[in-house]
Amino acid sequence: MPSKPQFGLGLRKPHYQEFLAGGVPVDFIEVISENFMVAGGRPREILRRVRRDYPVALHGVSMSVGSADGLRDDYLARLRALVDEIEPFILSDHLCWARFGAHNSHDLLPLPYIAEALDVVCANVARAQDVLGRRMLIENPSSYVGFAHDEMSEWEFLAQLVARTGCGLLLDVNNIHVSAVNHGFSSVDYLAAIPFDAVEQIHLAGHRQGAQGLIDTHDQSVSDPVWALLRVALEHAPQAAVMIERDDNIPPLPELLAELGRARAIAMEAALCA
Amino acid sequence: MRLSTLQSSFLGWLASGEESDAACLPLRRAEGLAVYQNNYRANLMACLAETFPQTLAWLGDEAFYAAAATHIDRVPPHSWTLDDYADGFPASLQEAFGDDHEVSELSLIELALSHAFVAEDAPVLRPEQMAGLDWDAVCLQAIPALSILMLSTNAADLWAALAEGETPPAAQECAPLHAVLVWRREGLCRLRVLEEGEAALLALLLSGPLEFGQLCEQAISRWGEEQGVLSIGQWLSRWVCDGLIIAPVE
Repeated sequence: MPSKPQFGLGLRKPHYQEFLAGGVPVDFIEVISENFMVAGGRPREILRRVRRDYPVALHGVSMSVGSADGLRDDYLARLRALVDEIEPFILSDHLCWARFGAHNSHDLLPLPYIAEALDVVCANVARAQDVLGRRMLIENPSSYVGFAHDEMSEWEFLAQLVARTGCGLLLDVNNIHVSAVNHGFSSVDYLAAIPFDAVEQIHLAGHRQGAQGLIDTHDQSVSDPVWALLRVALEHAPQAAVMIERDDNIPPLPELLAELGRARAIAMEAALCA
Repeated sequence: MRLSTLQSSFLGWLASGEESDAACLPLRRAEGLAVYQNNYRANLMACLAETFPQTLAWLGDEAFYAAAATHIDRVPPHSWTLDDYADGFPASLQEAFGDDHEVSELSLIELALSHAFVAEDAPVLRPEQMAGLDWDAVCLQAIPALSILMLSTNAADLWAALAEGETPPAAQECAPLHAVLVWRREGLCRLRVLEEGEAALLALLLSGPLEFGQLCEQAISRWGEEQGVLSIGQWLSRWVCDGLIIAPVE
């Protein structure tokens, strides 16, 4: 049996009552940190109550570890307060930038994979881990543009980030697929270069075909190529916590639990073949 | 290109949406930029539509989304949380619908409700605790999830009708200004119109802890001893029943 929670779902509004009632067969839930970094009220109360029954992973979207002008103190202080109260078993954010100066995009914007950006991200992740008092996981993004002055691949960038900061990785296999199709690289090459010792969590999600390529929409069920990548990832990181992200077109909970059941089955297959 | 220059230019292009502003970005696969432009505007638009559902219902889709698009073009988001992007929209609505004051006032009500929803928790004074208080020494303070709006129209009636799915009354100017109380009680946000005197005294509690004796002095100076004491007794009783007062520390 795994020693830590392994199969979870995102806590989303349409399913609040079912999770509050307890008994949903998941090992953990993941929440978007920023939705609960508020002073009080119903959101915090719901998270407190759900936390009594489930381990929680806090997943951020606004830390902006790629910002050239550093992290914001007020953001870190609010996140630290939430971490202290909820005591998550996983704390994560994305390899991206969202803000520079006073302007915040509220999106996961792409970084150029250059030495200067690596220095910036390493400094920001190290500071965040220091302020938050714990190791963070950094998630590979999906991206729709690349930069002409890139000096390394995304997987090389991530491997160096892990080596320099001691952070862990949240491997989003849907993001790998989306970016691989959009940029024309091999998902297999990507996975072969990942330092799997650092992978503590795996995200699954759905995507859509857009006019400009694949788009990471989180509004579909998980696609077959992504299930195949999960199998490969679990062969290398069998203890990683696996969860399904669904943020739009959210189906009834049993449908998501059935998808999570497929992830469990793939994990068992991977374990038998290991 | 330095990372800081790239990020500044990228955000400049996101805000303007002008193709020429993206020309300086050293991109591969530039066609993917459209995804980021769409995400940026869609996120901000969704924030405004979710925070101001009754303002949207009052204005209709076309007028609301046109005003929102203008606001997004002019006001980039600054906060770490998307929720804060709603804060500046009432001012933009006031500018866009200057003669129709109910529009911006409706949005002010919805903004106050959204702030009350996530305001700091506080233990409230319960009616059964009142008898045990030392009224000569007790300090009273309003809960954090409370605000008072001064309105010049019947926007509170409009909001109430729209929120119930009823046909709203016609918009009306209601001079002089009147006060509307917005607060959260047991997780639900509420509002009600305040009498002028009640609003004045409650506003005193919003500015910080106040001894009960000082509150009585204010009431007596306004309405005389008999009416002042009667009024403060009635209003304080209602405030406690409504969960507006923080339980004093023993």
